[in-house]
Amino acid sequence: MAQILGLPKLSPTMEEGVLVRWTKKEGDKVSPGDLIAEVETDKANMDFNIEDEGVLLKFLVQAGETVKLGAPVAIIGKAGEDTSALEAQAKSGGAAPAAKAEPKQEAKPAPKAEAKPAAKPEPKAEAKPAPKAEPKPAPKAASGNGAPGKLLASPLAKSMAIELGIDLRTVTGTGPGGRIVERDVKAAADGGAAKQPEADEEPTQPTEVKAETAIAVRAPRREDHDGDFEDVATSNMRKRIAQRLTEASRDIPQFYLMRSLDVAPLLGFRERLNTLLGDKGKVSVNDLVIKAVALALRRVPECNASWEGDAIRRYHRVHIGVAVAIEDGLVTPVVRDADQKGIGSIAAEVRDLADRAKKRQLKGPEITGSTFTVSNLGMFGIERFTAILNPPEAGILAIGGTLDVPVVQNGQVVAGKRMTVTMTCDHRVIDGALGAKWLAAFAELLEHPESLAL
Amino acid sequence: MSEAYDVVVIGSGPGGYVAAIRCAQLGLKTACIERAELGGICLNWGCIPTKALLKTAEVLEHAHRAKEFGILVDNVRVDFPAVIKRSRDISEKISKGVGFLFKKNKIDSIAGTAKLLPRAGAWKPHQIEVVKDNAKQVVETKHVILATGARARSLPGITIDGERIIEYRKAMTLPSQPKSLVVLGAGAIGVEFASFYRSLGVEVTIVEFLPRLVPNEDAEVSKELARAFDKRGIKALVGHKVTSADKTGTGVKIAIEPANGGDKQTLEADILLVAVGVQANTENLGLEAHGIQLDRGFIKTDAENKCGDGLWAIGDVIGRGLAHVASAEGVFVAEKIANVHAEPVRYDAIPACTYCYPEIASVGLTEDKAKAQNIPIKVGRFPFRALARATASGEPNGFIKVVWHGETGALVGAHLIGPAVTDLIAELTLAKTTEVNAESLIYTIHAHPTFAEAIKGASEEAVGHAIDL
Repeated sequence: MAQILGLPKLSPTMEEGVLVRWTKKEGDKVSPGDLIAEVETDKANMDFNIEDEGVLLKFLVQAGETVKLGAPVAIIGKAGEDTSALEAQAKSGGAAPAAKAEPKQEAKPAPKAEAKPAAKPEPKAEAKPAPKAEPKPAPKAASGNGAPGKLLASPLAKSMAIELGIDLRTVTGTGPGGRIVERDVKAAADGGAAKQPEADEEPTQPTEVKAETAIAVRAPRREDHDGDFEDVATSNMRKRIAQRLTEASRDIPQFYLMRSLDVAPLLGFRERLNTLLGDKGKVSVNDLVIKAVALALRRVPECNASWEGDAIRRYHRVHIGVAVAIEDGLVTPVVRDADQKGIGSIAAEVRDLADRAKKRQLKGPEITGSTFTVSNLGMFGIERFTAILNPPEAGILAIGGTLDVPVVQNGQVVAGKRMTVTMTCDHRVIDGALGAKWLAAFAELLEHPESLAL
Repeated sequence: MSEAYDVVVIGSGPGGYVAAIRCAQLGLKTACIERAELGGICLNWGCIPTKALLKTAEVLEHAHRAKEFGILVDNVRVDFPAVIKRSRDISEKISKGVGFLFKKNKIDSIAGTAKLLPRAGAWKPHQIEVVKDNAKQVVETKHVILATGARARSLPGITIDGERIIEYRKAMTLPSQPKSLVVLGAGAIGVEFASFYRSLGVEVTIVEFLPRLVPNEDAEVSKELARAFDKRGIKALVGHKVTSADKTGTGVKIAIEPANGGDKQTLEADILLVAVGVQANTENLGLEAHGIQLDRGFIKTDAENKCGDGLWAIGDVIGRGLAHVASAEGVFVAEKIANVHAEPVRYDAIPACTYCYPEIASVGLTEDKAKAQNIPIKVGRFPFRALARATASGEPNGFIKVVWHGETGALVGAHLIGPAVTDLIAELTLAKTTEVNAESLIYTIHAHPTFAEAIKGASEEAVGHAIDL
C-alpha cells in the first residue's frame, strides 16, 4: 500500500532541511539504502537514503524547497497505485508516518535516549542493551587511554558513561593498566556537572570565586599525532573569564580616556608614609591609587554608577575592585568603602586579599559588589594599556608604570616622573566630558597626595 | 654484624612470606625472620590444618550418607589420632614449601625472635636483633616489614589452660576425641570447629554473645546456618554470655546467662574452646623506640601500611584478620618499597570464607549494611534447591544472594551459603573488583550444570527476570 514519506532527521539538531535535488525520478524503483535525495541541513548536505522498498510514485516537494522535519516529501508504493488520496492528505498537512532513514555521511550520534539504562536490563526477549553499552570510538580519533579504537573500561564505567552522557574517549583511566573505572567516570561527571549551573548564573556578579573549586573540566583532548598542538582543558575560571569579558566587550559601548600624571609628589609621599609606618607595613603606589580613585568617585559620584537598562543606578557607597593575577586567571577582590578607609588599612587589606586570592581562599562576598575597578600592570613594565569593563561597573582605571621622562618646568627641561592612566567608560553611563571631569578629579588628588590623607 | 638488606620481613605467615617473595622478585635483597614454623599460623595452625580436618569431616559425612547414593558402607569409625596426624603432616609439607620458595627466590630465612633496635638516626639503617636459643645476631636493613600476626585472646574470667579450656591451636591437636564440646564464639573459627567436631559425633554447643551465628555475615545467611546446624544437632545459644568457666575433675563447668539479663544456666562439657577473636603480636618487638603507635592493641599504620621511617606493617598485626588480605598488603608494600606501580588493596572487595558445613562465603556489604548506608539496591536470591547440579550432588540446602546497586548496576555485596560457595565467591569478587555490572554478569554464559549457575540465576532474579525460578 502506498504511503507518504516524511523528511527524516539527518543531523542531530536539524529542524528543517532544504531539498537540494532528487537523485531518483518519479517511477524509479528503490530498495533500502538507496540514495533518493540530497538535503541541506543545519550541518551540511546530507544524503537521504531510503529504508523502504517500492516505487517512488510521486514527489511532493521540488528541488530548492524548504521542508520541516517529518513533513511529506514523496509517496512510495507499488507501481501503478493511485496516489490521489495520499496527495490530498499531504496537502492538507496530513502527518507523515515516521520517516525511516539513516544519515549515512555522518557518524551516528552517540546513543542517548535510546540507550537502555544498563542497570535495568530488560527481559531477554527484547533487544539486548549490552551491545549499545559499547561506546563506538570514531575510527580515527585517538582514544583517551591506549591504542586508537580500543577502549579499556569496566562494564560499570561504560554503563555509567552512557547514563551520565560522558564520552569515554575523553576520560583518563586510573584503574589497573589504565583501565577506565567507576571513579574516573564519576570524576569526569563531577567536572562536567560543576560547569552546568554556572551558565545560568546571574552574570552581574564576578564569580571568580568558582576558582576555589576549579575542577578542570575535561575537554575533548585532540592530541595531534604530529605534536603540532595540544589542547589544554579550560578551567571553570577561564571559561567564566572568557564568557564575561566577551559579553562586556561585545555588549558595552566603551571608550577610553588617557591622562599622564606627575607622580613625583606621590612617590615622595609614599616614602614618607613608609618611613612613618616603619615595620608596621608598607604602602604601595597601587594602594594610593585605590584611595585616590575612591575619593574621586566621591567628588564625581555620577561615575560611581551602572547601566540598568531603564535606569542608571548611582551607588551610595564606594567599593573598589582590585584586579589580582593568579595562576591561570585573575580575580577581583573588593575593598569596601575605600573612600572611608585610611591608606594604611587599605594597604593591609589589599595585601591580605591578594595573598588569599593566590591561594584561592577568597569567599564570595569578598569578590563581589565592587562599583569601580582598578587594574595595574605598572609593575610588569607596561607604560599604558586599556582594560575591559568589569560589568556592571561603568568604569575601570588601567594604571601604567612610573616612567622617568623629561618634562618642561619653568621653561627648562628637567627630569620628571610620569604615570599614564587609562579610564575605560561605559558610554551609556559616562559621556566623554563626565569621564574627563572624573579623571581631572583623580589627577588632582593623585598629584597632591596629601589630600589622600585628609 | 652481617651485610645490610634492603628489606627484612619479620614473620613468615601469608603476609610475611608473600611480601618477602615479592620484594625479592623486584630485585630487593631480602631476609625473613621467623621464630616458629615457616608459613605462620595460616599454614601451621590455621587455614590449612583446619581445612584438612574439615575434609575428614566431609568424608565422614559422605560415608554416613553413602547409602543415599547407592553405596553400602559398613562399620564406619573414626581414627582420631590419624585424623590429627593427617592434618599435621599436611601443614608440615606446605611449610616446607615456603622454605623452598625462599631458597628459589634467594631470600635469607633467619630462624629466631626478632627485635627492632633503636636507631641512631634516619641516615642509619634499621638494626634488628635476632635471638635463637642463646645465640644473638644483628641484621641491618633499609626497610622492615612487620608481619608478626596475632594469637587467640580470651575473655576476663576465663583462663585458657590448654587442657580443658583451650584455644584453636590445641583444638586441632587434641590427644583424643572429646565426648562433648562447648564453643565460645560463633565467628568463623568457632563454627568451623563446631562443625568438625559435630561431624565426628561430639555433642557440640555454641555460645555466642551477639544475637546470631556468624554475626559478620548477612542476616539471612546466619538464619540458614542456624537451621542447618540445628538439623545436624549442634546446639546454638546465641545472645548469651559466659560468666565463668571452671575446671572440674572430668571436664569444665561453664556458667552462662542471656546477654540482656535472665536466668543463668550451667553447661558441662569435656572441653571449652574459646574462639572470641585475636590479639596482635606486638610485644618485645622494640616498637616503642620507634614511636610506633597501637590502636586497640594493633599496630597503627597510614593508608600505605607505613608505621615509621622505613617501617611497614601488614596483616593480622594491624588488625586485618584474613590471610589473603595480609598477602595482598604484602605485595602492595613490597611494590611501594621497590617504587614500582602498587595497586592499592581493594578493602571493599575482600572475600571471606567459612568452611563449616554448609560453607559460607561473602564479599562486600550485607543487605542491612547497604540499607544503612542508603545505597539503592536490588537483591536477588537463588536457592540451591532450584539448581539441577545441586540436586544431583545431594546438596540442596543453602542459597546465593546478590546485592546489586539499584542505579549503577555495580555489585554491592554477595552472600553465599551452601555447596562450593567458597570457590564460587571468586567470580563475585572478580565482578566487584573489576566492576562487572549485573547486566554483564547475566550475559556471561555459565556452564550447565554447575553450582556457578546460581550466581547468574540470583542476578537475574535481582533485575526481575529469573528464568529458572
